[in-house]
Amino acid sequence: MNILKILFKNSFRHKLRTSLTVLSITIAILAFCLLRTVISAWYAGVEASSANRLVTRNAVSLIFSLPFSYKEKIRQTEGVSIVSYGNWFGGIYIDEKNFFANFAVEPKTYLDLYPEFRLSEDQKNAFLRDRRSFVAGRKLAAKYGWKVGDIVTLRGTIFPGNWEFVMRGIYNGRDETTDESQFFFHWDYLNETLKRTSPGRADQVGFYMIGVSNPALSTQVAERVDKSFKNSIAETLTETEKAFQMGFVSMSNAIITAIRLVSLVVIVIILAVVANTMAMTSRERIGEYSIFKTLGFGGWRIAGLIFGESLIITMIGCAFGIGFSFPVADAFGHAMGTYFPVFNVDNDTLGLAVLYSFTVGILAAIIPTYRAIKIPIADGLRSIG
Amino acid sequence: MKIPFSYSLRNLWTRRLTTTLTASGMALVVFVLAAILMLAQGLQKTLVETGSPDNSLVIRRSSESEVQSGVDRYQASIVEADPAVTVGNDGKRLLAKEIVVLITLPKRGSNAPSNVTIRGITEESLKLRPQVKIIRGRMPRPGSAEIITGGSVVKRFNGADIGESLRFGTRDWVVVGVFDAGSTGFNSEIWGDSDQLMQAFRRPVYSSVLFKVRDPGEFEALKNRLEKDPRLTLEVKRETQYYEDQSKMMAKFLRILGISLTTIFSLGAIIGAMITMYAAVANRIGEIGTLRALGFQRASILSAFLLESLLLGLAGGVAGLLCASLMQFVSISTVNFQTFSELEFTFSLNGEIVYIALIFSLLMGFVGGVLPAIRASRMNIVDALRES
Repeated sequence: MNILKILFKNSFRHKLRTSLTVLSITIAILAFCLLRTVISAWYAGVEASSANRLVTRNAVSLIFSLPFSYKEKIRQTEGVSIVSYGNWFGGIYIDEKNFFANFAVEPKTYLDLYPEFRLSEDQKNAFLRDRRSFVAGRKLAAKYGWKVGDIVTLRGTIFPGNWEFVMRGIYNGRDETTDESQFFFHWDYLNETLKRTSPGRADQVGFYMIGVSNPALSTQVAERVDKSFKNSIAETLTETEKAFQMGFVSMSNAIITAIRLVSLVVIVIILAVVANTMAMTSRERIGEYSIFKTLGFGGWRIAGLIFGESLIITMIGCAFGIGFSFPVADAFGHAMGTYFPVFNVDNDTLGLAVLYSFTVGILAAIIPTYRAIKIPIADGLRSIG
Repeated sequence: MKIPFSYSLRNLWTRRLTTTLTASGMALVVFVLAAILMLAQGLQKTLVETGSPDNSLVIRRSSESEVQSGVDRYQASIVEADPAVTVGNDGKRLLAKEIVVLITLPKRGSNAPSNVTIRGITEESLKLRPQVKIIRGRMPRPGSAEIITGGSVVKRFNGADIGESLRFGTRDWVVVGVFDAGSTGFNSEIWGDSDQLMQAFRRPVYSSVLFKVRDPGEFEALKNRLEKDPRLTLEVKRETQYYEDQSKMMAKFLRILGISLTTIFSLGAIIGAMITMYAAVANRIGEIGTLRALGFQRASILSAFLLESLLLGLAGGVAGLLCASLMQFVSISTVNFQTFSELEFTFSLNGEIVYIALIFSLLMGFVGGVLPAIRASRMNIVDALRES
């Protein structure tokens, strides 16, 4: 008990210095938590993917489509319970800055495949009945202030022209990881329009979403699907939704690695700050340490004092940083909602923050301790601040 | 009367450990700032150098990129007939109708799939892009399933070297040459015969039409003429402008990321400097009293401590920049969100970045040092002398 008391008294002897150090640790831990959360937000699509969904797309690359006629053949494949399909629409709402994902999908099967997109029964029926309608996620609708019944126009980049949609519903996510900023509308609307404007591009599907009856057999189902279209005009590539999403994440690997490195840099920066504080503190107290030694306290006791103080300062800062990270992540998630649909601080991040703070506390105390222990008593007593 | 410069310098030197720790904190901040700005700069440089100012590029209106665009043969031939298109020595127009698509290829080593741009070219394509040179092998023969690959594709993707072959569009394509396009985006592309590729991908439309304008002054008139033509749904851009637009979003993302990150980080480093400077003042109260008693003004004390702090910042800034300049030897490849294809580029340092980084480091020193320096200058002579 006494030792804790002396540690706390020591820590707050220089109130200004200690509070500044704590503040800098708070900021650094906050920055660290946010950066880690940005990375995990990147993986949100992977986390949210379900094991019983497969994605079939053109084997050449994502920009190539598949014939609509594949649908029946896929549906007949053994192990397939439900097939939906759609296109990445790539429409722009007013300005390129307003980016959000928008898809043309077959609405009924799509909603069946994604039970995590929750839509009230009335809105669902209204959406299914009206071919020109769309539904959007809660976050997206809130961002642009769309209400049910509003008309929204998207400018097509892949499919030219201005496209008008009527909002018929707002979906809520079932889980925390569900993306609530998507926009989807009837594939039929897209297809019927294409039949009139550019018949050559009609009856083409960007991707098929397949629901499998038994997730354990999804690899076999994927193989069966791909095999049935081998050597055809459009060969397919079927993979689990997780692998498909992972493909997107791994494309920006370099950026993720960079953010990861940078999040470590901030830890090294606070290491420098804390080490500096500890170095100054222990230099000022060299005289006191010498008195301790004269009284017969061993090197370990002195080491304990310095390490303990260093840990107290870092852990207080860490606690503040973690405490602030929740409201800040919330605010950040609101502001960047469409870029990072899911933005929650997870437990791994918090664990790492505590671990790194602890490490910083230990590392920062090493050199000061070494100096305090090595200095001969007489020199220590003689030295002034 | 001014306190000599060496006073500030020696103070830093005396407390080496503290100085080093504080400066290295700031150096890291400057390093992160400079590195991210260099990345954005490198990306932009690569894409801007890709285009040449004399060339004009035609894509479908509001399609943003060549990959999304589609120009059918009829529209392409209307563009070809425009009088502003340069006629070459052989009487042919200097105009290339190209197809650009993305294909997925496995990377060397990891086998992870990534998107590569593949461009169907005609004879004129090379004439329009003098920066592209065949360094090994030869050009593909027109009408054959032969391709050439860019220098950075050879390094990064399986089966992309001479003699190897790639399979896409239900055919095998033999690599017969490797081209070097300097530090441009073409280095991350694969080129083949445009008619063959259109067949293989079953895309009956071109992606873009590239041509040289007869007289650069004619560009505006030409743009007007083509964009107003009711038969065409096209958009005309200078090639340089087109590639600059391609890098805009990503470069902006990197810059915002860099500046917001370093602002947060710098708070930590500024506090570090503040701690150091407060300690420096606290340890020298007697000295300050003596200086004041000798007749040095409050302003001189203020500026001496501020100078010390600025020096600390500068040391950090220079160290950070030195480390960042080493990053110029690193090249990085990532997917450009806008074109969705892999692009290789290097960190690139320029005067502006050096300037920003140094200003930033001095600013950190200033903000960290100003409060302690004011405290030092406000000390009462008698109290300060009594302290020691």
